[in-house]
Amino acid sequence: MRIVFEKRESISHWAVVLVPIISFLVSLLFGAILLLASGVDPLVTYQAMAVGTFGSWHSFTETLVKATPLLFTSLGVAIAFRMKFWNIGAEGQLVWGGVAAAWVALFWSKSLPGWTLLPLALLMACVAGAIWAGVPAALKAYLNVDETLTTLMLNYVAILYAKNLYYGPWRDPEGMGFPGSAQFPAAAWLPRITGRVHLGLIIALIFAFLLWFAFNRTRWGFETRIIGENQTAARYLGINIKRNIVIALLISGALSGLAGAGETLGIAHRLQQGLSMGYGYTAIIISWMSQLNPLAIIFVAVLMASLLVGGDQIQIMMGLPASVGVVLQGMILIPMLAGGLFTEYRLRIVRTPKIEEAKA
Amino acid sequence: MIHQLLSLSTIVGILATAVRLTTPFLLAALGEMFAQRSGIYNLGVEGVMMMGAFGGFWVALVTGSAWLGILAAMGIGALMGLLMAFISVTMQAEQGISGIGLYMFGWGLAGFLFRLTVGYITSIDGFKPIAIPLLSDIPVLGTVLFDHNWMVYFALLMVPITWVILFKTTWGLKVRAVGVTPEAADTLGVSVARVRYTCVIIGSVMAGLAGAFLTLGHTNMYADNITAGRGFIAVALVYFGRWNPWGILGGAFLFSFVDALQLWIQVLGLNIPYEFAVMTPYVLTILALALVAGRIWEPAALGRPFDREGG
Repeated sequence: MRIVFEKRESISHWAVVLVPIISFLVSLLFGAILLLASGVDPLVTYQAMAVGTFGSWHSFTETLVKATPLLFTSLGVAIAFRMKFWNIGAEGQLVWGGVAAAWVALFWSKSLPGWTLLPLALLMACVAGAIWAGVPAALKAYLNVDETLTTLMLNYVAILYAKNLYYGPWRDPEGMGFPGSAQFPAAAWLPRITGRVHLGLIIALIFAFLLWFAFNRTRWGFETRIIGENQTAARYLGINIKRNIVIALLISGALSGLAGAGETLGIAHRLQQGLSMGYGYTAIIISWMSQLNPLAIIFVAVLMASLLVGGDQIQIMMGLPASVGVVLQGMILIPMLAGGLFTEYRLRIVRTPKIEEAKA
Repeated sequence: MIHQLLSLSTIVGILATAVRLTTPFLLAALGEMFAQRSGIYNLGVEGVMMMGAFGGFWVALVTGSAWLGILAAMGIGALMGLLMAFISVTMQAEQGISGIGLYMFGWGLAGFLFRLTVGYITSIDGFKPIAIPLLSDIPVLGTVLFDHNWMVYFALLMVPITWVILFKTTWGLKVRAVGVTPEAADTLGVSVARVRYTCVIIGSVMAGLAGAFLTLGHTNMYADNITAGRGFIAVALVYFGRWNPWGILGGAFLFSFVDALQLWIQVLGLNIPYEFAVMTPYVLTILALALVAGRIWEPAALGRPFDREGG
């Protein structure tokens, strides 16, 4: 008797839904063991996290504040991942978006009418993010350079560059030594909706619906899907793979750029430390959990945001490290990847080793 | 500015630092070379290094023995390697993303455990340099090459050792076969899964050691993000070194030289913003990858899961 994996006739829709849910539970279980080992009651901790994120209107708006950059970056990552282009660089693209938006807000306000500042800042954020994703895309498409490494390396470059700006040339002379730029003129702020939730959330939601439509109902969606699933087939169909990769990554980077613009124009109102919070990495988990479905991404982004806000809450309330949230996130991806096999295969116990007969 | 960098004592200092900083790159990259030679692309090296750096540091802090720290880092590396092998070999998951999962897991866990157990910057007794008698008395060369702690010598020795293992032993032949044509190796009775598990675990143990070097043999303390992307650079070095220990040695030295140079630029207080100095290894990685792209041979089955049923 032995256990074998057997390919399913079609993918299991149960597994598509169940694997992310089970993975989430596994990560909670692992987190509970970790908390128990460190002498804390996991149930109390999880309850504090839940109350801290969904317990009141105020805490829920804070969850939405964190969900906004996660939504943008996850959508961006999903576009790239559909083509099996592993864009690990959403973090750097986000940082560049924040820097470009800050550039417009800080230095263009004197020479331009106020109402043009915000749209221009958003546009430049898109352009900056797109360039930062476009470079590794072009390297991959035309020179076949491994994209995981280039996008990763560019994260470090972007973060260091931004740091140089707010510690150096862009530092506010009246900031009393605080590392950050001067405050942007109010004309460049993204309008707030409720609490600290800003217009960026609405823009991100619009993009989620647009992308869902584009993925499922347009020729572009079809072409990018085929490239991801089977490059040989894509070539036979006459699809231009190189151009598609570059275009998709420009859009991917632009969305992450908007995430950065939202953080600077909508929340901090200056370029300062804390722009790079690891959202670009969390985005990878979110889009994977959502099976790259833009509508599912909305919900998973809110869930992941609640882990981050919950982590902050238990740090304030219970003195536990906020990185509990990050540990839980990191732990979700692993069972999910392992469980991915079950969508295409099923476990079967074979009693007799006569495989030839079973196949016939 | 230039004359500051060109004085003999500075040059010797930079070269000696470069030789020392080759260690984490070499250990991690030589380990990753085994994984990739067997067909598994383990991008999680950075996360393993972080856990190795923290685990080694913490055990050394608690027990007062850096050697126990080394053992802990190797054990952590083995466990994380087992996890990566399970996901990528048994469960046949997408390897690039699995590595990122392993990285995030290591990153989050190391940060969490550090805050929970220590929480502040404190230093430990790390490994002391061992001057090799006679050789370390040679002017210039002696200081550059023969006055380091044991981990530096160990990492350099691993270059010929891994070369012999990979190219002169039956097991090395199996590893290379599994990475190129797993189907053929399987037909000849080689267990593809077993070879891949072994290689990923070896690689991960070495990544754990590379991380432990940073805390036990370099800074003698732990701080968040202490690995600073060195694990990712090590993965790039495997490409750059064309899956060959000697090539990896060359690449590792080039990178550690740049690393040492940027450290010395900061030490000497030269008029270059420190962020730009720190940035150079990352930019260099991208340039190096672009430069060798398209003109390199790579293990044909790299990144491709092997399924015996042929599914």
